[in-house]
Amino acid sequence: MKRVQFEHSTIPYLFVAPQIAIIVIFFLWPAAQAIYQSFLLEDAFGLSTQFVWFRNYQDTIFSPSWLQAAGFTAIFATLVTFLSLGFALLLAVKANEVIRGASTYKTTLMWAYAIAPPVAGLMGNLMFNPLIGDLYKFFNVIGWDFNHKLDSFDAGFVVVLISVWKQVSVNFIFFLSGLQSIPNSVNEASMMDCRSPTRRFWTITFPLLAPTTFFLMVINITYAFFETFGIIDTTTRGAPGGATNTLVFKVFQDGFRGADLGGSSAQSVVLMILVLALTVIQFRFIERKVHY
Amino acid sequence: MNIKALAAGLVFGASTLMSTSVLSATEIQWWHAMGGRLGEVVNEIAEKYNASQSDVVVVPTYKGGYEDTMTAGIAAFRAKEQPHVIQIFDAGAATIINAKGATVPVADLMKDFNIEDYIPGVRYFYADSDGKMIGLPFNSSTPLLYYNKDAFAEAGLENPPKTWEEFEAMAPKLKEAGYIALAQSHSPWIFSENFHSRHNIQLATGNNGYDSTDVKILYNNDHMKMHWSKVKEWLDAGYYGFYGRAWGDNQDAFVQKKVAMWLGSSGSFGGLTKSAEFEFGATFLPYWESIVKEPKGTFIGGAALFAMSGHSDEEYAAVADFFDYMTASDNQVFWHKETGYVPITSEAYAAAKDDGYYESTPDAEIGILQLSQEGGEWTKGYRLGYYVQIRDVMYKHFDDIFSGSASVDDAFAAMETESNALLKRFSDTYK
Repeated sequence: MKRVQFEHSTIPYLFVAPQIAIIVIFFLWPAAQAIYQSFLLEDAFGLSTQFVWFRNYQDTIFSPSWLQAAGFTAIFATLVTFLSLGFALLLAVKANEVIRGASTYKTTLMWAYAIAPPVAGLMGNLMFNPLIGDLYKFFNVIGWDFNHKLDSFDAGFVVVLISVWKQVSVNFIFFLSGLQSIPNSVNEASMMDCRSPTRRFWTITFPLLAPTTFFLMVINITYAFFETFGIIDTTTRGAPGGATNTLVFKVFQDGFRGADLGGSSAQSVVLMILVLALTVIQFRFIERKVHY
Repeated sequence: MNIKALAAGLVFGASTLMSTSVLSATEIQWWHAMGGRLGEVVNEIAEKYNASQSDVVVVPTYKGGYEDTMTAGIAAFRAKEQPHVIQIFDAGAATIINAKGATVPVADLMKDFNIEDYIPGVRYFYADSDGKMIGLPFNSSTPLLYYNKDAFAEAGLENPPKTWEEFEAMAPKLKEAGYIALAQSHSPWIFSENFHSRHNIQLATGNNGYDSTDVKILYNNDHMKMHWSKVKEWLDAGYYGFYGRAWGDNQDAFVQKKVAMWLGSSGSFGGLTKSAEFEFGATFLPYWESIVKEPKGTFIGGAALFAMSGHSDEEYAAVADFFDYMTASDNQVFWHKETGYVPITSEAYAAAKDDGYYESTPDAEIGILQLSQEGGEWTKGYRLGYYVQIRDVMYKHFDDIFSGSASVDDAFAAMETESNALLKRFSDTYK
């Protein structure tokens, strides 16, 4: 039998070439470098190098400080993802119902999107400063013995609060546009079938928003894992006692501040695998429940 | 005519081109970590040096904080684009000095180098195990106690405490007057490293880490644990304020009159003069009379200048010339007065004294006096690998002591285990 083959030119390859080049240069090559470096024990200046197999993984990943950071990262990512999605959804649903001054509401809820995480961190730092911080004083006045410099729970509260605040506006924009893309006819039909707005929301609106929610969940988990670096760096820097140290911040601390390249490469490879696994799980198990 | 003029112009142009290429000055790249006002002073020094001669042009570049500067230097070295001179801080000393071949020792570089010219407290911190100076101490400071004279008057106190025993007697009076007695800005540096120097206690095996990389930390000792148990007692009694790990937050508490005494750096003097709206004084770092009757001096913190390897002889001659200029008395005195860092040579110290500087500002002398106090076996400093991470480990366990989530014994035991694991890793790197 003769195989059917369509003639095609090389032009499509040329079109995708820039994209491929970007992926290779900015993702695959550094990732390969990190994997290679994670098997080496090397002084910072690169003057003596030994191949040590999994020594770096053993040394760093079984250390108490890494395990502590991993534990905090898990709690932190869960809280940040669910709280920022939850608040954003609530705000979007409410803002969607507003008729008078709708655009004012929407604009004020969106503007925090323009703030970079480190700036959000600096602002939070100022508000929680023990000497001049308004929120610090407020919490202490209302009877909460608040001291995030010493208390791990309070410190965790500070970084979660700032991270959620920063992310709510992004989620809000997506949820709002998701809500607005639900056809009015569907809403009207549901109103005739069911009087309870809560029930209508969970049976009609929420399932229709599922693709948006799923997309945002993936984005938010990545945000909580990586982008919150700037917030941690400008507020607690992992204190007190390593209670707010995240995995990505630890990679930075050990690699960039501490000049331990092998150890920090091993940590970033593990982090890469963790996030990859998490994404695979999300797509395999949660996406099935999403109807587009 | 025109052609002649053109030809003349060409010849002239060519000759100037040639002469500039022949006579062009050697350019020296200097990477530093001095931001703000300190950065301005660094630029001023470079400009003055460049104006003083025509053979060398020093180009200072600010690379961010201490860690950023070291990381930038390491990355540049690996890419073979390293600067001629780089400023490396105390905790990074082991990283750069153990990397054999990354630097050229100052002692070899400078003509007529004599380590005895330097004041005792700065001599050996950046030296190798044989006492050969590798890095040139640049911004050198040492921990001091600052006290608010108004607060002391309110509490009916006159002199600042010499010992921690005296401090314990004063603290309740200050509390009654509405002050937290003490805060400090760098617990690993002041309450650990210099604590050992002041009381002449060994802090790591292998001659405090100078003789070998295969060493163990000795922080888990009874004196340290006694001291930290006391600090925790003070915290609970309201005699000690903790405003986080950031240097500035604790200094601010002093400036804003929340705390009556603050342990900071001799280099903080200039900044305090500008920001504090009360009369303050500086004095020596207190010690425990129960541990030593006669305290020893402290060693320096801050950073040193290292000449990086891989440049030409001509460039090293230029670096040496620049280092000579930097260590000259006039320039040391200028740096000392502008920044509050101590002058590193005895000659510069004498010059500042003759100048009458300490008569008008006696507090500026305290740092040098403390560094010049009698040294002991364990007062020259320490050389420990991955010390940036070890300091993080220390901070972590100090936090736990403060919050009460770990006992002093448990915290120090964990600190020892984690620090030794890091030291082992560092040591294995050089096999």
